[in-house]
Amino acid sequence: MLQHEMPQLPANALKDPRRPVFLNPLQVQMPVGALTSIGHRLSGIALALGVPAAAYLFALSLQDERGFSRAVELLTHAPTRVATVLLAWALAHHVLAGVRHMLSDVNVGSPLCVARVSAYAVNLGGAAIAMFVLWAQLR
Amino acid sequence: MLFFLPFLLWTLTMRPSHTHAEWKAWVAQPAITAALCVFLIALLSHLWVGLRDVLLDYAKPASVRNVAVAALAATLLLFGGWLVAVLINARP
Repeated sequence: MLQHEMPQLPANALKDPRRPVFLNPLQVQMPVGALTSIGHRLSGIALALGVPAAAYLFALSLQDERGFSRAVELLTHAPTRVATVLLAWALAHHVLAGVRHMLSDVNVGSPLCVARVSAYAVNLGGAAIAMFVLWAQLR
Repeated sequence: MLFFLPFLLWTLTMRPSHTHAEWKAWVAQPAITAALCVFLIALLSHLWVGLRDVLLDYAKPASVRNVAVAALAATLLLFGGWLVAVLINARP
């Protein structure tokens, strides 16, 4: 049969049709470790986006007196404060999850029950630090 | 980074500089400048590993991926050069 005479089949048609074709991650019940892992990636991307902003503020603050005052002023703006709280969560979660990951690389905390407890600790610890920074920003 | 970042955040929040001169003098201390340089190298290396992983996972097709990874490498190198220049300029 020539190529153009082939019936148009969906890509998955040759596999078992009862298998799910598409998984909606929002409808799948994920284990707590998966949330820790996804959070690690998302927080890493958020932190990477924050680095240019932090570098700009650092360079600006060292430029001269006016740059320093401008940098201090920028840090007190409402949008910067919101970003600070989000980045505080991102940094806390990223560091905690990263340490957990490295420990599991050297076989510390690998049994499932321990890994689940440490995953909860990371998720809640990141959130707790973010709440603390939120409180400090609102004070 | 695990130890320097808490130190940096503690310094910035608990013992903040109130003037440009004070801030510049803090950064220009040899030990702080050296630590900031090491931190910068660690940070940029970590950005390379992490963002490259993300691009390899999601950037498709290969042509887009290659351009994105090359752009990432160039951007990180430029950032490194710029920030080292900022640190050198802060020295008296």
